[in-house]
Amino acid sequence: MPTSPQIDPSKLNSPASWRDPEAKPFVQIEQISKKFGAFTAVDSVSLDIYKNELFCLLGGSGSGKSTLLRMLAGFDKPTSGRILIDGVDMSNIEPWKRPVNMMFQSYALFPHLSVEANVAFGLRREGVRSQEVKQRVAEMLDMVQLGHLAKRKPFMLSGGQRQRVALARALIKRPKLLLLDEPLGALDKKLREETQFELINLQDELGITFIVVTHDQEEAMTLATRIGVMNQGQIAQIAEPHQVYECPNSRFVAEFIGNVNMFEGTVMSEDSDSVTVHSPDMDNLIKIDKEHATGCAPTQSVCVAIRPEKMRISRDPMDGNTNTTSGIVTDYAYMGSQSIYKVRLHSGKEVRVTLPNAIRDMGDRLTWDDSVYLSWDSESGVVLTS
Amino acid sequence: MNNITPYVGKGAMAVRLVHRIKAMNWGRMAVILTPTLWLAVFFFIPFLVVFKISLAESAIAVPPYSPLFEWNPEEAYATLKITFGNYLFLFESRFYLDAYLSSIRIAAISTFITLVIAFPIAYLIAKSSRTRRTLLLSLVILPFWTSFLLRVYAWMGLLKKNGVVNEFLMGLGITDHPLIMLQTDFAVYVGIVYTYLPFMILPLYTTLEKMDLALLEAAKDLGAKPYQAFFLVTLPLAIPGIVAGCLLVFIPAVGEFVIPALLGGSDTLMIGRVLWDEFFLNRDWPMASAVATVMLIVLVGPIMFIRSRNKQEDAP
Repeated sequence: MPTSPQIDPSKLNSPASWRDPEAKPFVQIEQISKKFGAFTAVDSVSLDIYKNELFCLLGGSGSGKSTLLRMLAGFDKPTSGRILIDGVDMSNIEPWKRPVNMMFQSYALFPHLSVEANVAFGLRREGVRSQEVKQRVAEMLDMVQLGHLAKRKPFMLSGGQRQRVALARALIKRPKLLLLDEPLGALDKKLREETQFELINLQDELGITFIVVTHDQEEAMTLATRIGVMNQGQIAQIAEPHQVYECPNSRFVAEFIGNVNMFEGTVMSEDSDSVTVHSPDMDNLIKIDKEHATGCAPTQSVCVAIRPEKMRISRDPMDGNTNTTSGIVTDYAYMGSQSIYKVRLHSGKEVRVTLPNAIRDMGDRLTWDDSVYLSWDSESGVVLTS
Repeated sequence: MNNITPYVGKGAMAVRLVHRIKAMNWGRMAVILTPTLWLAVFFFIPFLVVFKISLAESAIAVPPYSPLFEWNPEEAYATLKITFGNYLFLFESRFYLDAYLSSIRIAAISTFITLVIAFPIAYLIAKSSRTRRTLLLSLVILPFWTSFLLRVYAWMGLLKKNGVVNEFLMGLGITDHPLIMLQTDFAVYVGIVYTYLPFMILPLYTTLEKMDLALLEAAKDLGAKPYQAFFLVTLPLAIPGIVAGCLLVFIPAVGEFVIPALLGGSDTLMIGRVLWDEFFLNRDWPMASAVATVMLIVLVGPIMFIRSRNKQEDAP
């Protein structure tokens, strides 16, 4: 796993145990596979998750992320491989005996029970005394700010309120591990953003390990301590959010997360601190810092990925004879905080460039059909070999 | 242009709306009227006739009861002749009360047995794949292709002294002498449960099929063992289906005549048979009508009660 120089440990809200090679993983997924007939939903995935992590499984539909979560909860039995939670093999442990609780995508609130009874369900099954049940339910409902709705039935609640009930119900048993299946999927955009931060704070406060399944990359970026990007039943990359974005390890990950300009080319030369790539789409050679160009050798066909916001755009020619090219603006969108340009290179390839609108300058803006020059730094690109 | 369009639009819309309301009301009236007329002609008016007869006295005449109005041609007035004697007799005589109670008991026990048998079947159908579901449902409905009466006769063949069941049991050596099953209450239960099973399965299936499987997973996730998940989640959510199924079985079972007549013994007391005897053997039409009227009230009462309770629950 490449370590990026931009990491600032003080910005992380919990000690990064996953970066400590000595730390003992809390959840160990060992070579786990799940087949449904001829279809392989999860294909020998191995994954270690550490205590207090908020781990996001990110992937499109059918990537196997939900199946993996269901195997952790015990609803699906793995075809092969095993899962250990806190050192205990879960293979023969039924869902109702696992130290795990799940928040369902549909929330799965019991429609015939009140909010209170829904939240109390787990405690009642444990045989907790009714006085204590009452007290803990009241505390939990206060924590999710639903104390005043305790007597309501789920169908009388709004989407956001139901989400909180589901969360309260999953948390009341103080599980060691909380599984969340698309926890914010059914909320509208504004509520989702608020709830994201609430989830992070809650996780921090309670010290419970969270595993979140989501298809929303922004959600994963905001929530996660680490992201596991899944594709076709396999894990494509496991890394911290900024690493997944800045240092994707494959074309799939680079393209799945955020926007990216991808140039196919051939490695020309390699020296002690950089790699030079020739791409037929570019006017000049591409130079990439060595640390973002691992595992490649001269004459090898590779892809160079450059994020739109890392490219500069200008009417004037750029200095230097590497990492520059030219083209014509074919599309332009003003988005408020930033502007997006689409530039057609001489080869016909379209490149996306985003420019923050840092200055309130309505004057000489680049617009349609302008001839422009693009440039970027040698540390901006990433060489991808797969 | 922009200023005018909404006005034109609104006017046209209003006209269209009026038309629509008119059209809708007619359509609605027709939809509501058809079953109302049906119920009036085939249920309410016959019931009034029965009720009227129940207030008359038995007579040796055609028809065999006294008229409601007696016309006095000389003084030109009519006398209304009503008697509640039939009803009084109903409540005074142990026989009728016993028949009612026995009918309700037999119907209640059969309804319960039907429920216990139908629930797993309905559950299985609801949880099976789409293609299998269609097949299983058609198998449930399949018996309706044969006449009900024939199927009850078939049970006579199965249950009689030298019938299929006894031959089978003796062949296996489980019993050395034939069991007496026909003309007992046991045979009546078998007949009722067998006949009404589809009426229990279908409404149960409809409610179970709608149930979100994630709810059961949520229950297990929260520590409920499978049987707890069943009693705490599946069963409460299936209550509408259970109520509907039980009513569909209980009500016709109370008034059942054919099954106790063919499969039951002479001591199987059910109100349907009493009614038949009263009507055809005693030719006491007013008494039979009184029995029928009371039976209706006994049956409609609980339904009204359940319906009003459901309404209260639906209101938030």
